[in-house]
Amino acid sequence: MSADYLDGNALAGPLAEIFTTDVSAAVGRCASCGLTGPVASLRVYGPAPGLVARCPGCNEVMLRLVRSPDAAWLDLCGTACLRIPMESAEGNSP
Amino acid sequence: MIRWRAARLVKVRDENPTARTLVFDVPGWPGHLPGQHVDVKLTAEDGYTARRSYSLASPDGVELTVQRVNDGEVSPYLTQHMEPGDELELRGPVGGWFVWRPAVPAPVLLVAGGAGIVPLMAMIRARRAAQVETPFRLVHALRSPEQLYYADELLRPDPAVAVTLAYTRSAPEGHQRSPGRLTADDFSPYVPADCYVCGPTGFVEAAAALLVELGHDPARIKTERFGPSGD
Repeated sequence: MSADYLDGNALAGPLAEIFTTDVSAAVGRCASCGLTGPVASLRVYGPAPGLVARCPGCNEVMLRLVRSPDAAWLDLCGTACLRIPMESAEGNSP
Repeated sequence: MIRWRAARLVKVRDENPTARTLVFDVPGWPGHLPGQHVDVKLTAEDGYTARRSYSLASPDGVELTVQRVNDGEVSPYLTQHMEPGDELELRGPVGGWFVWRPAVPAPVLLVAGGAGIVPLMAMIRARRAAQVETPFRLVHALRSPEQLYYADELLRPDPAVAVTLAYTRSAPEGHQRSPGRLTADDFSPYVPADCYVCGPTGFVEAAAALLVELGHDPARIKTERFGPSGD
């Protein structure tokens, strides 16, 4: 595997096109090895033909995102779950 | 939903022979946290577009510091050809993980490799502006004195922000530390801290591993990598 990768911080912009909440700050669990950590810490390869985010523990693919002119394809089958931080009722983010 | 906004260049500042800071006017900019970045889009006359992510260098306004990569698609334009009055498209702010919040009182350790100083400088500037007591320490690895950005701010002694410049190849005359890679000595004394590490991928891996070796809690180490070229 090449060392030529970015990290999940680079997913923040492309994912912000789809979601109203910042998914790069979410904590995800790898469906393959169970490692839990922020989406921002994933190893990201791309950008062409799409962004591929791999688990920093086992290197399995956790997320794939391909953008065409009129659609976004998001594959999360390698992610068991996401804990997405939301603004609390007091209006402060955690 | 995030959208592309028109950004007009209003001011440029050379940081060193190959990097410059660009200050943009972005109508409707919602503000941002230090550490966040923007995506920049350039569109050629034939419709071809190129996108890059750049960290915001200042806690206020839209300031980007761009390192020129000679065979890059975007950075030569930004560092050599774009002039005040010219426009580009950008969207942001994005990235809510690699950020420092002034309300958090925990000591902060910033570790920068080369151009990785940019988002950390936004944190230092925010720390100075916020009038808080949070201890800040910056360990900045850079190849040579010519690579330094923000020289007037980083060379000025400031009791609130301890700065260690770690030259890896050549140091200025009289510099106490001899040139070489970061070592444990650059980080002593050990103080538990929220750590922010930014730089090229290889640097970030090595620096984060060193911090863990020194006893830092991996859960408190946040990292941001850019590609080997940065463009």
